[in-house]
Amino acid sequence: MFNQDSLDKHRALDNRMFQLLSEDGKPLEKGWKPSLSNEEIVQAYKDLLFERTADLMAVSYQRQGRMFTYPPNLGQEAIHIATGMVIKEEDWLVPAFRELGAWLAKGVSLREIFLYFKGNEEGSHFTQANRMLPVSVPIASQLVHAAGLGYAMNYNSEKAAVFAFVGDGGTSEGDFHEALNFAAVWNVPVIFVVQNNQFAISVPMSMQTKSVNIAVKGLAYNVPSVLVDGNDLFAMHEVLSFARAQAMEGKGPFLIEARTFRMGAHTTSDDPTRYRTREEEEHWAAKDPLKRLKSFIEANNLFDLSQEDELVAEYKKQIDSSFEAAEQHPEYKLDDVFAYMYSDMPDELKRQKNIYENYLNQSGGAK
Amino acid sequence: MKVMNMVNAINDALDLMLTADPGVVVYGEDVGVEGGVFRVTEGLQLKHGVQRVFDSPLAESGIAGTALGMAVAGMKPVIEMQFDGFVYPAMNQILSHIARFRNRTRGKFSAPLVIRIPYGGGINALEHHSESPEAYFGHTPGLKVVIPSTPYDAKGLLIAAIEDPDPVIYLEPKRIYRAIKQEVPEEKYSIPLGKAKVLNSGEQLTLIAYGAMIREAQKAIAMAKQNGFSVELIDLRSIWPIDRDTVRESVRKTGRVLIVTEAPQSYGPAAELMAVINEEAFLNLEAPPTRLTGFDTVIPLPLGEKHYLITPQRIYHEIDKLIRY
Ligand SMILES: Cc1ncc(C[n+]2csc(CCOP(=O)(O)OP(=O)(O)O)c2C)c(N)n1
Repeated sequence: MFNQDSLDKHRALDNRMFQLLSEDGKPLEKGWKPSLSNEEIVQAYKDLLFERTADLMAVSYQRQGRMFTYPPNLGQEAIHIATGMVIKEEDWLVPAFRELGAWLAKGVSLREIFLYFKGNEEGSHFTQANRMLPVSVPIASQLVHAAGLGYAMNYNSEKAAVFAFVGDGGTSEGDFHEALNFAAVWNVPVIFVVQNNQFAISVPMSMQTKSVNIAVKGLAYNVPSVLVDGNDLFAMHEVLSFARAQAMEGKGPFLIEARTFRMGAHTTSDDPTRYRTREEEEHWAAKDPLKRLKSFIEANNLFDLSQEDELVAEYKKQIDSSFEAAEQHPEYKLDDVFAYMYSDMPDELKRQKNIYENYLNQSGGAK
Repeated sequence: MKVMNMVNAINDALDLMLTADPGVVVYGEDVGVEGGVFRVTEGLQLKHGVQRVFDSPLAESGIAGTALGMAVAGMKPVIEMQFDGFVYPAMNQILSHIARFRNRTRGKFSAPLVIRIPYGGGINALEHHSESPEAYFGHTPGLKVVIPSTPYDAKGLLIAAIEDPDPVIYLEPKRIYRAIKQEVPEEKYSIPLGKAKVLNSGEQLTLIAYGAMIREAQKAIAMAKQNGFSVELIDLRSIWPIDRDTVRESVRKTGRVLIVTEAPQSYGPAAELMAVINEEAFLNLEAPPTRLTGFDTVIPLPLGEKHYLITPQRIYHEIDKLIRY
């Protein structure tokens, strides 16, 4: 298990990355055994497969014109699934916008996710998910919220951690640095997960920072920080578990740079061929987190992979029905525009709404 | 002359100014290799080099603050905020420094720079991608605020903004980026800031709008014309300073005025215009000056936008009411 000794050995300043499995799913160290049970490993694989299937289908719904802009998760799923395994009911999840599997683990329904990306705020309600903030579109701004949640956990003497996500580009924003500093100064239980997928839309890491890696940025604030292979589910799981345990012991914040690659487009309106090469894509395709876990499972005979097609077919049905449920969501009403601005609707808003309703009455409902 | 849409026209203005003035640099998120998420800066890096057209780190406060430093040192930065909602992290630099540097230093230093911001709704986007933040800038002493509605104006106003000795917020109505094509001169020309344009002259009512609302207003005016109404349309083009002369002359003539903005109502540009009209043409009014604006709500996500966006029918409805008043 990843421990203090591993942390000391994987000094961010030396640019040493924590990794357990090779690209082809073999343990890097002879005799290494996973700290997860076989059942847990198989479940993680299924969850990863589910996230991937749902994500690819989301992209195709968008292509069919049934959904608006969507940010694909392809290639980054191990980070999300590992988070889902470590995060507890009482913990907070503070998302950016590209952590699908972690949201699902927290109890968000696919129907809601689809509804949100179809363009309805109702999809941010997350009715079944306890302690999860909504998607945060302004890059990195959510991280300071996480530090505040962490303060509240300490203040209320709650044994709970906060998992906060951001991308590599987001580490250039001032809010990233303020959040790390607040979290360290206040010694709050926040685990910052930076998904370093190499690009912020078209801008590569090399133009984003001159630091040797992102993990070193945490060190400057005295936040224990480590660079992890984000496509290695076992490595992510171990480090996240360690980080949470540390936080629960009152040791404060932790930063994980999860090294990965966005295998898809930035969003469905982006064309990656404008800014990255086929070679780069192929280099990372070999590190695919799904493929890696699958090789491990195959080599250790943990699961009959011949069942996989059937499983995927089952997932597709489930995903389609979630999407249809989102499509059948009740019509977006005028009331929904006004109802949530204040706890009680002020007279001025009632007035504006009435004027518009009167217009609609006169026009026979035509906008 | 060349047929251009607004994206082409802005690109052309940037290209000409990069060529004309060695102090001009263009930067922001994804403006270099990518050519901007709306392709407004497409090809400029290839032509003018990475020293002059480049991607910045992802940090709007940094983008705006560094531009001030460059401007103080004599350069002419033209920076891009990727979307309207992402200028908010830069507000501190804009409000606290860029707008005030000349005044603070009693004229010793100034911040002649241009902040380009695609803005407004109607493109089915995620949250923070459909905002109309112009009132924040109009309310900030020290800034000029320009909003074109056609490719021709977009080019001439951007050139004027870059040549202006003071900071200019240049808002680009992204909904009509590619919607209007027009013959645009290929050479460099400028349109003075702070001057409105009468797009349609009429006798019975003055309709004041800017940006993407101009197109909606024109559709409403076509409906009005069919019904025998004569409406004058003013494209404000600058919301600070407001062209009082053009507004005064028109309202004194028509006595009736309708102001249309997508921005929320309270403390917005329409409120300012109504104050100007009171000051300039109160005794000529034959009906209460009227505004049709966005609600005082967050602009809804795409499925709810239909409730929020202003339609030609609604504009026409107000025209009709006012003329019959
Ligand atoms: C404050 C802010 N500026 C700009 C944007 C536009 N934008 C959306 S995603 C993105 C790149 C984000 O890159 P990164 O943080 O690396 O995350 P990734 O998208 O790669 O997951 C940008 C510039 C934004 N959403 N918020």
